[in-house]
Amino acid sequence: MADAFRCALPKEYYRQFIERDVRPDGRELGEFRPTVLNIGSISTAEGSAIVKLGNTSVICGVKAELAEPKAETPQEGYLVPNVELSALCSSQFRPGPPGEQAQVLSQLMVNIIKNFHSVPLEDLCVVAGKLVWVLYIDLICLDYGGNLIDACVLALTAALKNTALPSISVEEETQKINADITKHNMLQLACTPISASFAIFDNTILLVDPTSEEEALSTGTVTVVTDGEKIFEMDKSGGSQITSEQRQMCFRRAFQRHREGIKLIEDTMSSVDR
Amino acid sequence: MEISDGSCSTASMSCTLGDLSQPDGSASLTHGNTQVAAAVYGPCEVRLSKEFPDRATIEVIHKPKVGLPRCEDKLRETLLRSIFETAALTALHPRSSIQIIIQEIEDQGGLLATSINAACLALLDASISMKFLVAAVTAKVKHDGSVLLLPQEGSTEKDSLGIITFVFREPDKSVVCSFTSVGTLSLQQRNQCLSLCQEACDTVFKFYRECLENKFSKIK
Repeated sequence: MADAFRCALPKEYYRQFIERDVRPDGRELGEFRPTVLNIGSISTAEGSAIVKLGNTSVICGVKAELAEPKAETPQEGYLVPNVELSALCSSQFRPGPPGEQAQVLSQLMVNIIKNFHSVPLEDLCVVAGKLVWVLYIDLICLDYGGNLIDACVLALTAALKNTALPSISVEEETQKINADITKHNMLQLACTPISASFAIFDNTILLVDPTSEEEALSTGTVTVVTDGEKIFEMDKSGGSQITSEQRQMCFRRAFQRHREGIKLIEDTMSSVDR
Repeated sequence: MEISDGSCSTASMSCTLGDLSQPDGSASLTHGNTQVAAAVYGPCEVRLSKEFPDRATIEVIHKPKVGLPRCEDKLRETLLRSIFETAALTALHPRSSIQIIIQEIEDQGGLLATSINAACLALLDASISMKFLVAAVTAKVKHDGSVLLLPQEGSTEKDSLGIITFVFREPDKSVVCSFTSVGTLSLQQRNQCLSLCQEACDTVFKFYRECLENKFSKIK
């Protein structure tokens, strides 16, 4: 009976729960789904992480390659983040070239790395003007259970924290590049951005960490990425009546999520060798 | 067809409405040295895969100045779509499409805000019914902590701590959308920007009114 009700009148079904300050999956309105993090699981990549946020799972791998620097920034390496939403993860995605959502997510990853300056690009320089590291950051969604942004940002930050680059020496005369695979230098991140997303239900109620079902019913979304005091926000609340008090609540929750996320990464890092 | 000048505390705005003959509505907006052209088609036929039985589909296409559209244009498109899906009365035109096409002509700061304002003017020119008007204002926080509105003559991204765009709606001036395009801000700086932008959005709404008054006075 409940399933039929949920199928026929999903909004009404949700309202019944939200009236009692609880969601159909048993969470409170301000509660994240259980988050599982695994770091360094891909041995062939320079850095990697798997994030499970409820049903949403995202795997992130960082591959490093040597390349010539861009002419305008001879002393800086560069990063190429890419988010892949394959047909595997949900029926709403079709095989073929990346769809709009994948492109938008990729661009968001670029913006988050750039805006927070989380990777010091000068550290990726091997020989100024000649040789720099390029980090290809591939994020692949394995299961789409909603709130992909938070899962991607957490996977991205954890994988970058796990990234170790082989030490490189260039012979002066022959210009031969020698890589010492036995010696690795950990990539030092300047900061660790963690995000928190909210779906707006019925124009007034904020749901933290929405599932795909909640996303489909929502009238807008708010994403806040934080690191310490610093805030990056993408607010798509549209016509929803979100008060400034509720917005401040979003920021407070995002700061709290940042602390949770950092603790999760640190705990996981300490339990793996590298 | 029309030229009108309004002034904002940042830079002067000017706009021509309906200078393109084929679209149902068009606007070319210049704000400081940033210029954007917007065209609106619709309500017109919609691709079957994008059709909604209860409302119109809003499609936004953002074209860069040179080259093919990139991921950043897609991000702008989704932001614009989220705004106009709620601003336009889409329920009036079920099973149809409203297309908003934005062409960047020059970007000297505050491109996102200018695109949003140009799209809003183009929708007005196309006589698409809307629930409310929106006005976008961009603010920049410099390294020394001072806040100013964009676009501004001689302002570059380099000396900024963060750039944020707020979109407000009429008449209650509540935030419809916000986006940090460059850098990051602290909560205090963000709220400072918000109050400054909220004040400045009045000039944008006033500017809309002037543009339309000009348009209709010419027709008469």
